[in-house]
Amino acid sequence: MGTAVAIPLEHVFLLAGALFLIGFTGVLVRRNVIFLLMSLEIMMNACGLAFVAAGARWAQADGQIMYMLILSLAAAEVAVALGLVLQLERRFRHLDIDAASELGG
Amino acid sequence: METVLFYIAASVSLVSTLLVVTRTNASHALIYLIVSLLAIAVIFYLLGAPFAAALEIVIYAGAIMVLFLFVVMMLNLGKSAVDQERGWMQPRMWIGPGILTAVLFAEFIYILGGTPGTTSGTIVPPKAVGETLFGAYLLAVELASVLLLAALVGAYHLGRRYMRSRREEIA
Repeated sequence: MGTAVAIPLEHVFLLAGALFLIGFTGVLVRRNVIFLLMSLEIMMNACGLAFVAAGARWAQADGQIMYMLILSLAAAEVAVALGLVLQLERRFRHLDIDAASELGG
Repeated sequence: METVLFYIAASVSLVSTLLVVTRTNASHALIYLIVSLLAIAVIFYLLGAPFAAALEIVIYAGAIMVLFLFVVMMLNLGKSAVDQERGWMQPRMWIGPGILTAVLFAEFIYILGGTPGTTSGTIVPPKAVGETLFGAYLLAVELASVLLLAALVGAYHLGRRYMRSRREEIA
């Protein structure tokens, strides 16, 4: 068992930040609900990567446990959100998120 | 050497994630998203977290992405779905994901083919994860189960009404 982490932690964090930014841009730019959900998945996955990397840096299991909690959160979110997507499609006949803006926020 | 593997997997995940956001076809984007998740699973393994890597593939790339695929396919019921799917599954569509997955597969073969210590730093084995999970984090496990139960009830409620109206439509 080596002690030094050969992969620099900063580079993993840079990767996680880049993935998060790509997902964030996707949420802002895309208007299709399916793509919005995919971008949310990308962002959550980037958070999980940061947690696992930090856990690996200090050789603790906590990072992986936080990742598992994020995973269950993602599963719950996807299940409910896809149900909402089906309702949206039934009500508006397409998947444009702007169609559901009648709350006027 | 493991740092080189990390940078290759990192660029694969960045490229495929960029392609996810820029696709117009939902099922193409899903395939690129699966490639991106596989790349991140390789990174988890290199970071010394084999259990997280397995979960990434089994739950994320396996279960959640299949859920997405079900919904994408379901929304195309009725309106000339067969032609549409034939259009999606053109052979040249597979070239991009195929190349990216081949890179990951080459890394996988290299890691399997000996060279112990490919995982950098200290490995956190699944046993340690399990002991911490059901020791210090027991309350979090209970809360996660309540969250999943709430999601189950919510998804059933939302989907049930959808299926009823869909059946009436078809009949």
